[in-house]
Amino acid sequence: MIMAKKAQSTLPNMLMALTAIALVAAAALAALNGVTKTPIAQAQQAKVEQAISAVLPAFDKLEDQEIDGYLCHLGYDAEGQMVGAAVEAGNDKGFGGHLQLMVGFDKEGQVSGYQILETHETPGLGAKASTWFQQGNKGDVIGQNPATEELKVKKDGGAVDAISGSTITSRAFLGVVNDAAQVFAHINQ
Amino acid sequence: MNLLNISGSPHVHSDESTKKIMWRVNLALVPALLVAIAYFGLNALLVSIVSVAACVLFQWLIEKFILKVPSTVCDGSAIVTGLLLAFNVPATVDMLWIVVIGALVAIGIGKMSFGGLGKNPFNPALVGRVFLLISFPVQMTTWPQVGGLFPMSLDVTTGATPLGILKEEGMAAMPQAWDLFLGHVGGSMGEVSALAILIGAIYLLCRKIISWHIPVAFIGTAFVFSGILWLINPEQFLDPLSSILAGGIMLGACFMATDMVTSPMAKSGQLIFGFGCGLLTIVIRNWGAYPEGVSFAILIMNCVTPLLNRWCKPRRFAC
Amino acid sequence: MKTADIIKNGLIKENPTWVLVLGMCPTLATTTSAINGLSMGLATTFVLMMSNMVISLLKNVIPDKVRIPAFIVIIATFVTMVEMVMKAYLPVLYDSLGLFIALIVVNCIVLGRAEAFASKNNVGKSFIDGLFMGLGFTWALTLVGMVRELLGTGCFFGHSLIGGADGMLMMILPPGGFLALGLLMALINAIRRKSVKKS
Repeated sequence: MIMAKKAQSTLPNMLMALTAIALVAAAALAALNGVTKTPIAQAQQAKVEQAISAVLPAFDKLEDQEIDGYLCHLGYDAEGQMVGAAVEAGNDKGFGGHLQLMVGFDKEGQVSGYQILETHETPGLGAKASTWFQQGNKGDVIGQNPATEELKVKKDGGAVDAISGSTITSRAFLGVVNDAAQVFAHINQ
Repeated sequence: MNLLNISGSPHVHSDESTKKIMWRVNLALVPALLVAIAYFGLNALLVSIVSVAACVLFQWLIEKFILKVPSTVCDGSAIVTGLLLAFNVPATVDMLWIVVIGALVAIGIGKMSFGGLGKNPFNPALVGRVFLLISFPVQMTTWPQVGGLFPMSLDVTTGATPLGILKEEGMAAMPQAWDLFLGHVGGSMGEVSALAILIGAIYLLCRKIISWHIPVAFIGTAFVFSGILWLINPEQFLDPLSSILAGGIMLGACFMATDMVTSPMAKSGQLIFGFGCGLLTIVIRNWGAYPEGVSFAILIMNCVTPLLNRWCKPRRFAC
Repeated sequence: MKTADIIKNGLIKENPTWVLVLGMCPTLATTTSAINGLSMGLATTFVLMMSNMVISLLKNVIPDKVRIPAFIVIIATFVTMVEMVMKAYLPVLYDSLGLFIALIVVNCIVLGRAEAFASKNNVGKSFIDGLFMGLGFTWALTLVGMVRELLGTGCFFGHSLIGGADGMLMMILPPGGFLALGLLMALINAIRRKSVKKS
């Protein structure tokens, strides 16, 4: 291998080398940014929509609205009739602190689904809330109407099975669902 | 602590040996074991046997096949680890296979990976226990309730420990301090009766296997600190007497914090060690994610032991 | 150095994880599942390959005194590329690896290979060194991820092997990363030592 002469560490040399490298790098990244910008925005949009459609009955159009300080996503069918709404709500009563949910309600006010947006619960115990209260599982709350009957764990005289070993998380969770139901009741009025 | 005392000459030969000490510790654990069997029935005995057998077996297997050194199973230290591990878990049938994993972690990772007895920085039984607590939170927090004396049926009702009740239900549901002292509460096998633990501890003190410094500093600090909190807000914090009787403080302070290998050698170091354990326990109980903090507190203080040993080295008389 | 030696160095003899013990942060943090470990390894491999190649190309143009900033800019460019592409086309994977993709910039292996290899060797060899160092990193991360996933959740690449069981939760939590890495490192080095003794 023939070694080419190595550039000396003189000021102009260093300046030129660094500037050139930085310019080429910036140009390359700018070009790639142009290509990936739209897909990234689409992916993020898809993520939000996926979360909403996971908790709501089928809808054709979405509308965001802030009610009582809660962000709500209202779903409408093709005729413009409201089919339900997803309410983002949370409280600080979880075992590990803040618990933020997106709770979906159909137009009768029954829980149509939920997603956990933020949680600090203990893995293996409270963190099970992401599946525990879903349809067909032990603590199934889907189809319940918290507006007519407040959701409570069995220990507090309610009908919902608490996550085993995580009564506090279960209470915090049901509290958020009840709050969200209140917000939804305001939408419906 | 006789064996490890650092003192000036003249030195007197004593007949203490690791083997003797370990067997005496085992003997001191018997009252607590009997109480556990009395309260939890056969399950307690089964869990203890499985735990001890697994610890001894893993110790033997590791020494024979991995380290290829002569076996030290006979010194009884694996039995101590096994018993303490069993005392730290709920006496339920679910635990039988879980406790085997705990034994593997306690002996394999907690002790043998550091080179065996005397070289482990952390109390092996607690390493196993904390591993199980974090790995199997549901099974490890499903505690059998004490029904009455000698329940012979194998299916026991389960429920929360006093500290668990405290975290979930609040102050009103706490059992009385007297029940805590005798052990008429839910909990792990070794933490239910403070009385039985104390009997074993007094035996160890008389035999001079442990000194009073760590247990007294540990329990005293926990008492004083929880007392201060209680005076500030009796609605939110548990009274000091129940604080030291509930949960694992008695077992931890008398049997696990005093482990010769993982606690400081000098008396002043032991006092600081006990103080740290007591403080951390109450901090973790009141503000941590878990209802009980004794195991974490002792393990954290185990990390500090080498520093304390350095700091509290007795001075030589002639310099 | 022969090509075969470069390959052997990267995969086994000077394996970044087991022997050089470099880049421990992503090794511990991203290996909660086999697929995460594999993806992190492959992302690092891409950066290593490209940065080694470019740095080797430019080694005579870059003055010695500014070589480190120059290397970092080159490495950061490729890392940002990986990040943008992953965000756009593999958003689910990006969510689980998240921050650690950006942290490839400060992964010691990448800068280490630039300093130790690419700035002294020709383009072809540097490319091969980057590729196989990266693959050595990848197999190590995948192995740690596999062990942790298997013990922690009872799954193998996301497929449950033990029906319904939870597994040892600690293994997918941070302490489990240290335990799995330490035990695997002991095991692999024991095997390596034995094979060295034999030959």
